[in-house]
Formats: sequence, C-alpha cells, structure tokens
Amino acid sequence: MRTPLHDQHLAAGGRIVEFAGWEMPVQYTGILQEHKAVRESCGVFDISHMGEFFVEGPGATAWLDSLLTNNLASVPVGQAQYTLLLNERAGVIDDLLAYRLAEEKYLLIVNAAKIDEDAAWLRKHAVPGVVFTDRSPEFAALAIQGPKAAAVFEKLFQKPMPTERNRVLEIQPGSFIATTGYTGESGFEWVIPATEAVSAWQAALAAGATPCGLGARDTLRLEMCYPLNGSDLSPDRTPLEAGLGFFCDLKKPAFLGRDALLAQKQHSVLPHKLCALRVTDKSPPIRSHYRVFVNGEPVTETTSGALSPSLGYGIALAYLPPAYCDLGQEVQIEVRDRRFRAEVVKKPFLKKP
Amino acid sequence: MNVPENLRYATSHEWILVEGDTGTVGITDHAQAELTDIVFAEPPAIGKTVKAGDIAAVVESVKAASDIYSPVSGEVVERNDAIEADPSLLNTDPFGTGWIFKIRLTNPADLDSLKDATAYRAQIGG
Repeated sequence: MRTPLHDQHLAAGGRIVEFAGWEMPVQYTGILQEHKAVRESCGVFDISHMGEFFVEGPGATAWLDSLLTNNLASVPVGQAQYTLLLNERAGVIDDLLAYRLAEEKYLLIVNAAKIDEDAAWLRKHAVPGVVFTDRSPEFAALAIQGPKAAAVFEKLFQKPMPTERNRVLEIQPGSFIATTGYTGESGFEWVIPATEAVSAWQAALAAGATPCGLGARDTLRLEMCYPLNGSDLSPDRTPLEAGLGFFCDLKKPAFLGRDALLAQKQHSVLPHKLCALRVTDKSPPIRSHYRVFVNGEPVTETTSGALSPSLGYGIALAYLPPAYCDLGQEVQIEVRDRRFRAEVVKKPFLKKP
Repeated sequence: MNVPENLRYATSHEWILVEGDTGTVGITDHAQAELTDIVFAEPPAIGKTVKAGDIAAVVESVKAASDIYSPVSGEVVERNDAIEADPSLLNTDPFGTGWIFKIRLTNPADLDSLKDATAYRAQIGG
C-alpha cells in the first residue's frame, strides 16, 4: 500500500522500503542528518500508514475504559492519552493514542500493522450505542517534531502551538493536531483528510521542516526508550514487563487483561523486565535479535538496538530476568560471534533538559 | 556516479588498484551511496589470507550490515585503521582515504575476471 504522499517521497529522494505492508521512505538524504534535524531543528514524517478510528456515542468513555489500560474518564476534552490494548493474558496487542474530541467522542491513532487486529478486537467487544468506525483510509497524518516545530506550527496555522503536551485541537474542520510525538522533542502530530495530505506536506516543507524517514524515526524513539510494537512490545509481554505500568490504571474496576495484570503485580516478581542497555565497548551497531549474555550464559536477545546518533555509542533494549535488571549490571551482546560489554542504565538513554 | 578509469571492479561493488604485486581494495562510490551513512567498519587483520570472493571486511550503516568481498586471492598486508576511527570516510572518499585494505596477490589472473570502468558503469546503469 502507498500513502497519499508517495509521489512526494520520491520527489524528495526518499528511499522506499516495505513496512507493515506499506511502501514507506526509510530515509531521504540520510538517517544521521534527518535524526540531527529533529534534535536540532524540525523534521516532518509521513505517518499516514497509521490507523484512525472514531468512537462515539453515549457510553463511549466507559466502553473504551473497559477495553484500554489507561483512564480516559480522567482525561479532559481536548487532551490525548497514551494507552494500551491488551489480550486476556495482559499481553500487548497495541499501544495507541486516544484523542478525546468531545465528552463521548474519541479519535484513536493505532499502529499500521495492527489496524485490522485492533478493529476486529474492538468490534468483537461492541456495545449498543457506541459507534466504532475504522476511517484509516480517509486520513493521512504528519508528525512534525523538533525544537523549531513551534515555529513551523505558527507558519502553518497563524497561531502559537499549545505549550502543553498532549493537547488536541480540531485545527480545521475534520483535521486535528495533537502535541504528541515519538521523538522526545516538542512538536505535534497532524491528522488530515487524505485529500489534503499533499498540500499539508508541502506547507510543512515550506515552513522549514526537513523530510525524515522511518530510519530516523526509529533511532529517535529508541534514544528515548519509547517502545516499538512488534519489537519491544508483543502479545507475550505485559505492560508491567515493558515498564509501562504507569499507563495501566489497575484501580479501574475492569478492563481487558486487568485480571492477569493484577495477578502479575501481586506476584511481586516479574519474569523479566525491558531494560535499557548501553554498550561500553566500541562495537558494531546493535540490532534486534542479537543474543545477550550474562557471565557467559545466553539469557535473552535484544528487542531493538542502534548506534545512537546523538550519543555516539551503542544502545539497545532487552527483556532481562529480574536478577540482572539492576542499574550497572554488566551484560555482553553478541555480534557475529563476538561479544561486546554493555550495562543496564536508567531510561531514557537521552536525557532532555 | 564516480567510476575512476584506472581501477578494476568486482560485481559486488569493490574496487582494486593494482601496483606491482599489491592491490588496494575499497568500495565504490555507487556502493557507499546505496549503503548510506556508514557508522562502523572493520577492515581485515594483517596476515589474513583470502580467496577471491571471500568475505574480507564488514561495514555497517545505521540500518544494515554488509559484507565486503575480496576481489582477488592473497594475503592482507595493510589495513586502513582510519576507517575504524571514522567510518564516514567510506562515504566521503571511497576511492581515497576510505580504502579498506591492501592485499598481496597470489593469483594475478584473478584480475582478468574483474570489470573495467566501462563494464562496471554499465552494471550500475550509469
């Protein structure tokens, strides 16, 4: 599948790769340069592959609160909340953003690879009065991120960007912005009708944003330890194991996966936790599925890895047994039959002032 | 795309400059552009012997690792430590300071199966 911006990507020199069934740009001029543009100035990403679901009708809040881990009843209208959809075993189906557009109206932004599965799961749990619609094909979306994103926002909309994180505005009829992102920088995500995607993209470039691909999106998010579903999150790992307990409101009377999550919490010791690993030896870039050793024994494998463009050393995430999760724990990561020392460090890798 | 006339080329995008019984090996401008930002390079150890077509070195970009094959058989007599310290030399100067290793040829006839600049230019479509 192609997003409405496919021709724009080619025109900007985008190198196209397959991602979750979509033809997406992995880079334009270079991942390192695009990474730097977001950390120091402003970048724009096509995130039109992501899904857009609308949920509305009396009881929408209660229904979503019975399906998602976080607490939407506590979110004011005009705010977005990061939340998770779990299976009965409390494994992660998807992580998503819920925009509260009105008292009983939501826009959910879900991962591209999970659109069909999420939609099927939500439909399976449908209740009378709450209307769920998957409108993904009707929408495109841009992520505009970086210290200069506010200046880009002002040029686009002739008003200041909300300073508060997670603010949601219907900026034009049928188009939404949220001050959210996946890079650790300030900025916003802009959900627009697919027919307006090209003009929005061109306006963002004209306002000074640098086109950025999935390659930089991955290194940026990994420096912040933001998990990638399908790599760091999976149906076999719970949010507690992934370090996302903050986004699970166990005080809610019920939600999918709550019982399993509560049981795990009361069990006190998790089977493994997603840890941040900093490579202390000079090493090749760490990638996912590299074996991790402790005292010569293989204990797990990395779920994500990179040579951090901002920090200049190797970084990775891996689920480690609790005995090896303490800060400073030494591990070794295997790259082509050689092992390189790494240590468990505090998240995120990149500390923002 | 820069394809110097004085070099021989392997289909797998390495170049070799032969002087006497020794060849200097690197990757082509086309290869570095395809690989994108190179962030890691590991030239072979001095003394390593390789046959033509063997893996002699590894370079990695942000996104992927790539094997570098020796275009000829021989013994590695020099390695470029500079690319270990600064792998971006492979991007910025692939035919110069971004060379990877020097090899003493044991079978100069290997050169006959390599391409000249014209043939390599045709291979990469430009």
